[in-house]
Amino acid sequence: MTTKLFGERVPRVEDARLVTGAGRFLDDLGHDALEVAFVRSPHAHARIVDIDVSGALDVEGLVAIYTYEDLAEDTTTRVAERLPLLIPHPALTHGRTQHALAEDEVNHVGEAIAMVVASSRYVAEDVADRIRVDYELLPAVVGVEAARRADLLVHEDVPGNVAAVMVQQAGGDAEAAIDAAPHSLELDLAIERSASMPLEGKGVLARWDPDDRSMLVHTSTQTSTSVRQAIAAKLALPVDRVEVVTPDVGGGFGVKIVHPWPEEVLVPWAAKRLGQPVKWTEDRREHFVSSAHERGQLHHVRVGYDDAGRLRGLSVEFWHDHGAYIPYGLIVPIITSTQLLGPYKPGAYRVEFRSLYTNTVIVTPYRGAGRPQGCFVMERVMDAIAADLGLDRTVVRERNFIQPGEMPFDQGLVFQDGRPLIYDSGDFPASLAKLKELVGWDDFPALRERAAAEGRRLGIGLACYVEGTGVGPYEGGHIRVETDGSVVVSTGLTSQGQGHQTMLAQIVADELGVPFEAITVTTGDTRRFKYAVGTFASRTAVMSGSAVAMTARKVRDKALRIAAQALEAAVEDLEIVDGHVQVKGSPTGSIDIGAVAVLSNPLRYAFDGAAARATQFAAPADPSRPPIGPGEEPGLEGTDYYSPPRSTFANGMHAVVVETDPDTAEVKILRYCVVHDCGTLINPMIVEGQVHGGVAQGIAGAMYETLAYDEHGQLLNASFMDFLMPYVTELPAKLELGHQQTPSPLNPLGIKGAGEAGVIPVSAVIASAVEDALGFRISAMPISPSILFDLRRDFAAGGIEATAKGRTRA
Amino acid sequence: MSQVDAPVPVSFTVNGAPYSLDLPARRLLSDALRHDLRLTGTHVGCEHGVCGACTVLVDGAPMRSCLLFAVSLDGAAITTTEGCRDPDGGMGPVQQAFHECHALQCGFCTPGFVTTVTAYLRDHPDPTAEDAREAISGNLCRCTGYVNIVAAVQRAAELLAPQDQP
Repeated sequence: MTTKLFGERVPRVEDARLVTGAGRFLDDLGHDALEVAFVRSPHAHARIVDIDVSGALDVEGLVAIYTYEDLAEDTTTRVAERLPLLIPHPALTHGRTQHALAEDEVNHVGEAIAMVVASSRYVAEDVADRIRVDYELLPAVVGVEAARRADLLVHEDVPGNVAAVMVQQAGGDAEAAIDAAPHSLELDLAIERSASMPLEGKGVLARWDPDDRSMLVHTSTQTSTSVRQAIAAKLALPVDRVEVVTPDVGGGFGVKIVHPWPEEVLVPWAAKRLGQPVKWTEDRREHFVSSAHERGQLHHVRVGYDDAGRLRGLSVEFWHDHGAYIPYGLIVPIITSTQLLGPYKPGAYRVEFRSLYTNTVIVTPYRGAGRPQGCFVMERVMDAIAADLGLDRTVVRERNFIQPGEMPFDQGLVFQDGRPLIYDSGDFPASLAKLKELVGWDDFPALRERAAAEGRRLGIGLACYVEGTGVGPYEGGHIRVETDGSVVVSTGLTSQGQGHQTMLAQIVADELGVPFEAITVTTGDTRRFKYAVGTFASRTAVMSGSAVAMTARKVRDKALRIAAQALEAAVEDLEIVDGHVQVKGSPTGSIDIGAVAVLSNPLRYAFDGAAARATQFAAPADPSRPPIGPGEEPGLEGTDYYSPPRSTFANGMHAVVVETDPDTAEVKILRYCVVHDCGTLINPMIVEGQVHGGVAQGIAGAMYETLAYDEHGQLLNASFMDFLMPYVTELPAKLELGHQQTPSPLNPLGIKGAGEAGVIPVSAVIASAVEDALGFRISAMPISPSILFDLRRDFAAGGIEATAKGRTRA
Repeated sequence: MSQVDAPVPVSFTVNGAPYSLDLPARRLLSDALRHDLRLTGTHVGCEHGVCGACTVLVDGAPMRSCLLFAVSLDGAAITTTEGCRDPDGGMGPVQQAFHECHALQCGFCTPGFVTTVTAYLRDHPDPTAEDAREAISGNLCRCTGYVNIVAAVQRAAELLAPQDQP
């Protein structure tokens, strides 16, 4: 019997290439290509008065310099148009996007102004250094407060710097419910900017074949199919003349989903114009100042609740800083608006946000995508209610949980996919019980006392989240069994290190009944699969996992139909085990699946030994029937698509024990516990790896990383020397994980997404624990030792109130 | 040829193979390895010496190839992650340990960890978990949270330990 692989810790097939240096990332390709460097704006807001290239023209190795004028002169294409607004929304009344090269105004430091193509990157940068741009400086709008003050504008034609105002509400009049509630409180809560920051930046390599009139583009993207469409549209090429391949990608975390990036238009355009391969590899500084950021939001919350801590009404107003342009629409603030509710019933709920322009880098989803902010808000509310009523923080949460018997639960809102926010599954009380047990919640007071006796100050926190995963519209799979029994699988979405090749092969091995080793999986190659959406929103396992499972079942059925004829048996009596079709339970007289593939393709010509078995005089056949029956196609292959009615909702809860240093205010994590429900697990090893990485990014965002803009819009920490991305020394040595499995009823495998989860509640849980340790409210994250040091001093001086009644000041 | 790109002769070995090259004086070792020798296992993550993805061994010592001019390496013996393979081309012990412990996801930073850990274990064959954390404390990884990398350092030490003779 074939061993079932679904649910097993199968080692990754990706690894051998990657660890031995045989990976193929973007800059590992195209060694002979011309290379690109950009002249980027050093100013956050300015008019371009003049671009003078005369001093650069004599640099040896220079091939071309392009500015907006060159794009505009090329009337055969649409490269001069603004880049697309990818996700329009009725509330997005003032959407603005950028040009691939700035026309006459720049709106953030790092915006591309001129493109240099040269024999090498070294030469291209020499040239870029010699191009002189004259600017007329304009005042910069930096940060949410400056944007909403609106005495200065980013775009002259966008009043108030407001791209969108959006309101959602459910469950009645929230303000009235709050006013009528026995208790109420208000909070102002802030989260700063951070960024995906993959170790590999972006990059594009384009090869134009003038004879074939075709374009082959490699790009470090999270969506090859949509980049293909975008390049075809911008370059005015038929779509079937453009193919886009995603090579190995050195991390994405969201920043590579936006497209087309200016470079994804410009590099292919230059390659076609010059008739030579052209490559651009983003360097780290470029990544900081021209790739996307996320997270920056200010929130004002009013909440009303009863004596037991149950929510009666919740009203949230927030301001989302989306940077200079808004190509990805309102996805991040919509996710905050909806996912803020977590596992709770909010009573009457109203949320209103404004999405604001600033003269900073654009904002698009970064792992978690608006959820860390929403979770921070809701969990701060839960902790504030507990403190106000003198209740245990877990008790307040339990009393507000949606119960398992209430699933599916309709929150009455519209989610980021335009579909109703209906939770499909989850057992929040069971997850909380598991987390309390894991972290030792009930024993903590004793531990705190023992530590206090030693002069140490400990705190414990928890935070809960619900995460909509596996958003549509669809993904597909294609599976072909070759005549040698090997199985080639492809799906259109891309991979950035999540182990998709391994995980999808596990599913196919089980569903088709073939050895794992016989399977090769390709992702993100439009030559292999044309229809896909992309890798984001924790959707690959749900979407492509379901699609390849459905495809495998289809191919299996076809194999059984063909084998039934060959074996003169009934289809329902057959099974596929370890790559052989046999009568159930009877391995003798089986036919291997490669031979079935031979029979699936009736041939005239014997081009190899296997083919000879399928030629017209070799195979026994009924001469009265066509070789390919009605409704059948040649080849043992199939394609299928999975398109869910709506997203499936994963959930989880984190708890942390911290110690705060009495002198330095440094926060040390003593215990970090996670209970995580992503439905059925395909590969627990990979899921745990995703949780590890997510928590690490969460801790980074909670304690270390900010993007420090000064008032002129200069990013002061645009290097790894100054942006404090954690090394191992900044992270806990151990993460304690517990899995809760409530399968999703929405897909054939019961899967819910796992990719983003780890990051979501970390700012909330660290704030909860630090607050518990020190006794005053934490309302802005990240929190550094110096910020905490100042807060502690203010608290000791009576400048801030204690969170809980009766807590003593330090 | 502009003066800045006038070729300078340099000879070194990479993974045991001798090379004599004429390179511009400003060519970084990382670029020379990757684009002149096509040894693309060495990755460039920041080009300012912080992330460690480009770490190679120069005469056995871990160094950031993005901070070295290739022409300054005359006479050196350089080892990259390609040189940490088994002689048959398969995964070497440190690489095998990363595979077994799921110590990589996207794999972009991994070559710098492999070279760093290889050098560390040569001098510290039996690291504790705390030692292992110290060993990798100069390399950035954005995917794994380092938990499994620490485990891989200790697993690699096991794989490298001399086997007891029966």
